[in-house]
Amino acid sequence: MKELDCRGLSCPEPVVMTKKALMESAELDVLVDNRASLENVKRYASAMKKAVDAVQEGSSWRISIR
Amino acid sequence: MEEGDVRLTDLVRSSGCNAKLPPGDLDSVLRSLPSFPDPAILAGYETADDAFVYDLGDGRAMLQTVDFFPPMVDDPQLFGEIAAANAISDIYAMGGEPSVALSIVCFPSCLPLSVLHDIMLGAIGKAREAGCTIAGGHTISDREPKFGLAVTGFADSGHVWQNRGAREGDAVVLTKKLGTGITMTALKGREADAGSVEEAVESMRTLNRKACSQARRCRIHAATDVTGFSLVGHASEMATASGVTIELSFGSLPLLEGARYAELGFIPEGRYTNEDFLGSKADLSALSQLERDIVLSPETSGGLLLSLPEEDAHLVDGWVIGHVSGYSGKAVAVR
Repeated sequence: MKELDCRGLSCPEPVVMTKKALMESAELDVLVDNRASLENVKRYASAMKKAVDAVQEGSSWRISIR
Repeated sequence: MEEGDVRLTDLVRSSGCNAKLPPGDLDSVLRSLPSFPDPAILAGYETADDAFVYDLGDGRAMLQTVDFFPPMVDDPQLFGEIAAANAISDIYAMGGEPSVALSIVCFPSCLPLSVLHDIMLGAIGKAREAGCTIAGGHTISDREPKFGLAVTGFADSGHVWQNRGAREGDAVVLTKKLGTGITMTALKGREADAGSVEEAVESMRTLNRKACSQARRCRIHAATDVTGFSLVGHASEMATASGVTIELSFGSLPLLEGARYAELGFIPEGRYTNEDFLGSKADLSALSQLERDIVLSPETSGGLLLSLPEEDAHLVDGWVIGHVSGYSGKAVAVR
């Protein structure tokens, strides 16, 4: 599974990077470490009609986009 | 580096009023500090008003406010105009006339000085349009550019508008469209189209001067402006200070084209801290996620939010977005 590490980044960068990565790969795991990035990446993926799920891993989240 | 190579928004982490410290953090610090009441200060920070009000004792009051932030647009002159319009707005939000201002500048040493020149040129022009003179300022070297003004204005001490005073039955009027923070977040992500950016920039660089002078012809019961704490946040401050509930109708809200970018996740970080701070004070349960994102997102240089008798509302160019009712357990409800 392709993994995109957006930890340490603030919005809108994680959304921009997710958009680029989804152009190359239909399925993706995105790692984020703040709530705004979590929510905004989820919104972007949902708007692209993807199935989105997020699980907390310590102080960050893994967002799976399928 | 040439000025044309500079993308101001790439130099900063957050921009415009999105850069405000989370409201809950500020609140906890302010509450932990000693206060020394001064009888001449008619309104200070404890009422969350836009400027403090100092009674000059001759029927006039002096209003003072300060506001500065990192750039949300790449054009330095436009940034200066927006920063000035935003800072001066706090004087208009209290019914005053801006008179003099000091500029506050943080500027990276690696940038061409022509950028600083253009920021200040924009601010001077906008202040002049407001009848306000920038008479001095202070500049420090910093990694991220920031600009703003400390503004002094004057008003009749009997006619200063505050957050408190909204009355049951009042109409609630907003004088600018919502969505500047969302549009500027989309711009930072290079997603926003030129038309949406232009509309938002035009809104941000517009002074609240005309709205203020129109509102002076009305019986204003309470007033503020909509900036970093979002429409719901600022309405909540007004409702709490007035002991009422402000009921807003989402369908009546004027929206910028760029507000649609919220759907793609271009939402300022402040939207989430605003929600945390408001907690149970706002009832947004009737709204969709997109609608909540819009009403909770920070605005930069937003419009005046006025509470006034319904029959006066037509005297102001703006939108009636709701009304004031008796306190029903929530400061704000949006349906």
